[in-house]
Amino acid sequence: MSDGAEARTARSPVLELSGITKTFPGVIANDDISFTLNEGEIHCLLGENGAGKSTLMNVVFGLYQPNSGTIRVRGQEVSFESSADAIARGIGMVHQHFQLVSVFTVTENVMLGDEVTKGGGLVLDTDRARQRIREVSQLYGLNVDPDARVGDLSVGEQQRVELVKALFRDADILVLDEPTAVLTPGEVDEFFGVVRNLVDQGKSIVFITHKLREVLAVADRITVIRNGKVAGDADPGVATQQSLANLMVGRDVVFQVEKSPASPGGVAAKVEHLRVDDERGLRAVDDLSFEVRAGEIFGVAGVQGNGQRELVEAMTGMRPIVSGRVEMLGQDVTSARPRRIAELGVGHIPEDRSRHGLVTEFSITDNLVLNRYHHAPFARRFIRQRGAMAEHALELVQQFDVRTPGVDVEVGTLSGGNQQKVIVARELSRNIRVLVVAQPTRGLDVGSIEFIHQQIIALRDEGGAVLLVSAELDEILSLADRIGVLFRGRLAGTFDAADATREQLGYLMATGGELTAEQAP
Amino acid sequence: MTSDPDNLNQRIDRAGGRVRAAVLETFRLQPLLIPFYALVLAVLIGGVLIALVGVNPFEAYWALLRGMFGNGDRLAGSIARSVPFIGSALALAFAFRAGLFNIGAEGQLLVGGVLAAWVGTWAWIADVPGFFAVVLMVLAGLMGGAFWGGIPGVLRAKTGAHEVISTIMLNSIALFFIRWMVNSRNPVVLRDVASTVPRTEPVADNALLPKIVDSSPPVHFGLFLLIGASVLAAFILNRTIFGFEVATVGANADAATYAGMNVNRVIIVVMAVSGSFAGLSGASEVAGTAGFFQPGFFLAMGFDGIAIALLARVNPYAIIPAALLWGSMLNGASLMQQEADVSVDVVRIIQALVLLFVAADAIVRYVFRVKVVEDTYGSVLRGSSGA
Repeated sequence: MSDGAEARTARSPVLELSGITKTFPGVIANDDISFTLNEGEIHCLLGENGAGKSTLMNVVFGLYQPNSGTIRVRGQEVSFESSADAIARGIGMVHQHFQLVSVFTVTENVMLGDEVTKGGGLVLDTDRARQRIREVSQLYGLNVDPDARVGDLSVGEQQRVELVKALFRDADILVLDEPTAVLTPGEVDEFFGVVRNLVDQGKSIVFITHKLREVLAVADRITVIRNGKVAGDADPGVATQQSLANLMVGRDVVFQVEKSPASPGGVAAKVEHLRVDDERGLRAVDDLSFEVRAGEIFGVAGVQGNGQRELVEAMTGMRPIVSGRVEMLGQDVTSARPRRIAELGVGHIPEDRSRHGLVTEFSITDNLVLNRYHHAPFARRFIRQRGAMAEHALELVQQFDVRTPGVDVEVGTLSGGNQQKVIVARELSRNIRVLVVAQPTRGLDVGSIEFIHQQIIALRDEGGAVLLVSAELDEILSLADRIGVLFRGRLAGTFDAADATREQLGYLMATGGELTAEQAP
Repeated sequence: MTSDPDNLNQRIDRAGGRVRAAVLETFRLQPLLIPFYALVLAVLIGGVLIALVGVNPFEAYWALLRGMFGNGDRLAGSIARSVPFIGSALALAFAFRAGLFNIGAEGQLLVGGVLAAWVGTWAWIADVPGFFAVVLMVLAGLMGGAFWGGIPGVLRAKTGAHEVISTIMLNSIALFFIRWMVNSRNPVVLRDVASTVPRTEPVADNALLPKIVDSSPPVHFGLFLLIGASVLAAFILNRTIFGFEVATVGANADAATYAGMNVNRVIIVVMAVSGSFAGLSGASEVAGTAGFFQPGFFLAMGFDGIAIALLARVNPYAIIPAALLWGSMLNGASLMQQEADVSVDVVRIIQALVLLFVAADAIVRYVFRVKVVEDTYGSVLRGSSGA
C-alpha cells in the first residue's frame, strides 16, 4: 500500500520506520509497524485512543526503546537512547500536554535545556536567544513574543511556543501529538495555516490525531493505526470521513445517531436568573434562565470559557451561587450540597474526567461506587461490602463495554474512552431522572463516542431530562432536541434543533448576536 | 533430565525465584523488602563506623543485640520502650492516607499525656473503681490528642493553612506551655510541690494501667491498647466508608467533592483521630510507666514516630514491628555503651541511615537488585505527598 503512495510523491523519505514492535508488560502497543515520512509532507497518523500512535512517536523521539525494528533518518539507521539523541537528529516533538514552565517567559522556556550562554558558559545570553526566537517566529509566521510570560498566553499561543522550542533546536521533522485537542475551532484553522507554512518552508510533519475532519483538511498522506498495527494507508483526495472511521474502528460506524422525536414531559430542571462567579471572582454566568423538560435533551453550545463550567458546577452543587435559583425535580437546590442534589436523582458527568469524575489511582470497582459507597448494598452500617461492590463492577463493565483486563485495575491505566465509560456507567446505573453532562466525548475515539451518545439518548427515551454542554457543535446538533447558545454567561439564543443550522449557531457562538448588539453604544 | 550443571543452576535459581516471589506475594511482604534491606545496609555502615572508633563491631553489635533481647528483662524492657512509638507513628500514618502530613505527634502526645495526668490526680478519681479510673484517664489522653490534632485540621479546612506549618507551631506551643505548667511554683498549676524535679503529682493508684511484666521500664496494659489502636486504624482505613472517604480525599479532593463527600469534615476528623492516637500513647505512658507526667518523657517521641511510620510505609500493621525495632534498639544501646564503650548515638546514626536508605530507595534497589514495585505509599518518601 505504502509503495503506491511513495511512487506518487517523488520526494525523498526523511524518516523511515520498519517493523517497529514495542511491548509493555501484558500489552503489545506497537506490532510490526512500518511508516515513512517524506520530505515536505504532512503525514497524518490516525487512530483511536490507545491504538498505539503516541507510543510509536515516543519511540521516534527516543523516549521509548523499541523491542525490535529499525528507524532511519535520512537513510541512516539510528538508535536513540534518549530524546536528546532524537533532537540531535533534527526531530522535534510537541506533546499533547505542553512541557512549559508557566512562570517563565517565552525566551526562558525556549532556552530551557538548550541554554544560550556567554562568558564561558556561565551567563545566560538572553538577548541572543530572544533575537533568534524573533527570527524563527517571523520565518514561520508563529507570532510569538519572546518576553511574554507563558502563563499569560492562551493555549493556542502556548502551542506555538512549543513549536518555537522545536524549531529553535533546528528540528526539521516535527511530530505533533494531538495538537488540536486543546484548541477552539477558530484556533484550529489558524493552526492549520501555521502547519502548512512550516511545510512550505521545508519541514516534514507527522500529525497525530483521531479527528477525521482535521485529517481530511490537512493531510498529504494518511496512515491508520488500529490495535497497534497499521490498518491501512489512505489518500486524502479519495478518502471520506466514513471510510476513515471504518478503517480506524474496524467496522461500520454510525455517524448520525438514531433518534426518534422527543416527547417532552414536565419541567425537570429549572434555572432562574442564575449568577455565578469564576475562580477570579469575575461573573461567569449572568442572569441565566432556562428549563429542561423530562424526555428531552437541551444542548448548550458555545465556545469554551463562556460560563459552561461554572453553570454546570453551580447546578450540581460544586460551586457557590451568587444569586438566582436552581430547581431540580421540583425541589429548590440552590446552593445545596452535591450529595443532596445527586441523591434527588441527578446524575453528573463532569467536564474534567481525571480531576472530578474519577480517582485515577483507585480501582474500577471503587470508582463505580464513588458516590454511592455509603449506601446498601455497598455498605452495611459503616462497613464496606467488597463482594457487592465487585459484583456491581463486573456487571457494569460488561453492560457498558468497558475494555479492561479486570475490575481491580486502576482506572488511570485505562484509555480515555474506557475511563469515560466508567463514569457514564456509574451515573447512568444510578436511578437518575436528570443528567447534567459536560463535554461527554472530549478526546474520545469514534467507537466510544457512538456508544456514549446512544446511552444518553436511551436515557432521554426513558423520560430522563438531559442538559448537554458541549464545545463540539456536531455533538450538540446530533443529540440535542433544543439548543441554547451560551455567550459570556448568557443565552444568545434558543432554538428547536430542527430549525437550527450550523452557520447560525456558529455565528451566535462567535459574536453573541443580539446580546452584544444591544450592548453596543 | 539434563546433567548440564549451568542449566541446573539456572533452574535452581529460577525455582528459588519463584518460591521467593510466592512467599512475598502470600504475605504481601514486597513493600517491606526495602526497609529490611535498608536496615541491613545501615547496620553494615554502622559497623564500619564502630570499627573506625577502634571497637570491634561484632562485639559492639553482640552487646547491642543482648541489650535488646538478651534476657527476659531486656526483652520486656525493649517491648515497653517501643509501645509509645506505635501511637506517635499511627498519628502520622492515619493522616497520611488523607494526604495530610501530621508532624504534630510531639505536641499531641504532650497534651494527651498532661490531660491524662491531670484527670488522674482529681481527688474523686481515687474513690471510683479502678476500671473507670483507667478509662477516664485514657479518654482524657485521647481527647487531649484529638483536640491538639483537631486544631490544625480546622485551620487547614477553614483557612487553608498548611498542616505541616501549624502542627510544628503547635508542637512548640504545647511544649513550652506544658513545661511552664509543670515547672511553675508561683502560681502552682500542675507541679507537685513536694518533688524536687518538675513533675505533676502522682495519679491515683487505682488509675494506673495494670502491669504485665515488671521490667524496667515495665510492660503494661498500654501494649494492648496500642496494638488495638493499630488494628483499629487499619480497619477504619481499609474497611469502613469513612476510610474510603479518607482515601478519596487523599487521592483527589476534587473528586471527593464531586462524589458528595464533605472534604473539610474529613480533614478535621482525620486530624483529630490522628492526634488521638498520639494522645493515647501519652496517656498510656503516664498511666502505665511513670504514674505522673514529666515533659522530658516524650522528648523526640513524636518525631521518632514520623520516622517509624515512614519506615513502615504508613501501613498501620507494619508500624508494630517497626516501632519494636526502634524502641528495642534504643533500649539495647545502653548495654552496648557499658560493655563495648560505644556511644548510644551510634544507634541514632543507624536509625537515621535506615530512614535515609528507605527514602533514597534507589540506593537499596541498586545494591540488592530489587525490582521496582510501586505500592500505594511508594511516593511518600520521595516527597510527592498528596498534601
